[in-house]
Amino acid sequence: MLYEWSLMTKRYVLRYIRVPALVVFSILQPIMFVVLFRYVFGGAIVVRTSNYVSYLMPGIIAQTAAFGSIATAVGLAEDFQGGMIDRFRSMPVSTSSVLVGRLVTDTLRNIFIVLVMIVVGYLVGFRFMNGIVPAVGMAAMAVLFGLSISCISALIGMKLRDPEAVQSFGLIWLFPLTFVSAAFVPVYTMPGWLQGIAKANPVTIVIDSMRSMALGGPLSRTTFESLAWLIGICVVFLPIAIRQFRRVS
Amino acid sequence: MSGEIAIAVEDVSKSFGKTEALKRVSFQAMTGKVLGLLGPNGAGKTTAVRILTTLIPLDSGNATIQGINVSAHGAQIRKIIGLAGQYAAVDEYLTGRENLELVGGLYHLARKEARSRSKELLFKFDLEDAADRQVKTYSGGMRRRLDLAASLVNRPPVLFLDEPTTGLDPRSRIGLWDSIRSLVSEGMTVLLTTQYLEEADQLCDNLVVIDHGQVIANGTPDELKTSLGGDLIEFSVIKRELSQHAAEVVAKFALSAPTFESESGQITLRPVGDGTHSLANLVRALDESGIAIAGLALRRPSLDEVFLSLTGNSPDEANGN
Ligand SMILES: Nc1ncnc2c1ncn2[C@@H]1O[C@H](COP(=O)(O)OP(=O)(O)O)[C@@H](O)[C@H]1O
Ligand SMILES: [Mg+2]
Repeated sequence: MLYEWSLMTKRYVLRYIRVPALVVFSILQPIMFVVLFRYVFGGAIVVRTSNYVSYLMPGIIAQTAAFGSIATAVGLAEDFQGGMIDRFRSMPVSTSSVLVGRLVTDTLRNIFIVLVMIVVGYLVGFRFMNGIVPAVGMAAMAVLFGLSISCISALIGMKLRDPEAVQSFGLIWLFPLTFVSAAFVPVYTMPGWLQGIAKANPVTIVIDSMRSMALGGPLSRTTFESLAWLIGICVVFLPIAIRQFRRVS
Repeated sequence: MSGEIAIAVEDVSKSFGKTEALKRVSFQAMTGKVLGLLGPNGAGKTTAVRILTTLIPLDSGNATIQGINVSAHGAQIRKIIGLAGQYAAVDEYLTGRENLELVGGLYHLARKEARSRSKELLFKFDLEDAADRQVKTYSGGMRRRLDLAASLVNRPPVLFLDEPTTGLDPRSRIGLWDSIRSLVSEGMTVLLTTQYLEEADQLCDNLVVIDHGQVIANGTPDELKTSLGGDLIEFSVIKRELSQHAAEVVAKFALSAPTFESESGQITLRPVGDGTHSLANLVRALDESGIAIAGLALRRPSLDEVFLSLTGNSPDEANGN
């Protein structure tokens, strides 16, 4: 099984290597976000705890990792539509091989993108203020966040099986999820009714924990809660997605 | 091994919602032979292939490959079959060689073996020159050949080909036919689906004609041709304007009304009783009416005509071509 996973991972990684545009374009958008929020909106947004760019970067990094999951959904839908999945399903391969290969690849891609975003952050004034280990922790949390969202996206891709439908529907739910959170602005600046939603939003919990690791702050509780959420999502969605492999449309 | 049943389908039904894709379909494929599933678009060919290759479950009935039940032992079935589906299932961004090595790896061939098997297949399917190019640069025919090669990596004794030549230009089609013939000569059992009568005629030892999810005929291509009721008489007259009249004159020798094709001027009829005898009578009758004949032939019906008489339309028409 491990060997099948590595073969599938190799297949998807080769695609990124041969079509680097796929990765480059997915980095351009978050860089635009950084510039927009840092220089256009940033002046109007005041945060209590730190300067805005430091506040902003963990949020944008988390959002970027989450949005990257569109590749998981589209990639799987393409495989279904193109007949690759039929080929694999007619062969004695384990049901998890395609999905795990896809998730590992998208996680590798997310690691790369998160690193690039940290560099971009440094260029516009972001600094880690809490030491190296928590900094690595923040990056790891972002990647884990991306993975858990990818698990949900995988299910969407394997259910819809139509790359175009996935292309349009696959991201939409992520907009409210990431924007109605502490990703870009502090929750206390939102109207009261929204504050309740934003506070309960697991994305807020994840980003709070990332911020604490990057900038200093209460660590243990948010980190624990965030890990519980992210691992929980993977544990729930991964088996459901794997089952889709043999499920017929 | 020949003479043994490789694939047995008994009373298999399958519905998608309200669409009955297969209605109590039964057929058998013999080991080492090519069985053709012939039918127009939407007949249920792909559904049958998908059931046999464990991609979808059947609703009722029974299907076995080499005696192994398809529904109960999917994992075992997947070890002995190869599938080249209706659309070439190859990774665009991998090279031809990488595609085959990936499939070899997934079959758990040792790395060295996967490599040598890929090389062998690339050679066999005339893809050596393109082996290290990404598949997205391949032509339709090359993709099909690579797809076929991929379905053979594990040397499956039973191979399924779903419309292997649909969409190919005539040259690639003939090339693929040669490849399929050489596989059969090595003892492989092949089930292929096709909408093309010519293809069925060229490649298949046995044919199962299906339409609207039902088997409407089966037998060897020759048997099917004979089942139409023997030979046809075909002629045309020198003065085209007399064709209508000629058809009326010869009608009494025909089982059913002669058909007249205005473009070629061909009049075709299925003679009553013995063909040769009718031929003589027909010539005499036309002569007496003063109609001069341009060409006259006694011939076997083509599979096209068999299909036409079985379904009421030819598969190509049904397909809208
Ligand atoms: N997944 C599906 N969902 C709904 N209907 C289907 C599905 N697959 C096939 N059908 C229907 O079943 C019938 C047979 O289809 P198919 O087996 O693909 O025919 P063929 O391969 O002979 O062209 C068609 O009417 C088709 O529309
Ligand atoms: Mg079909």
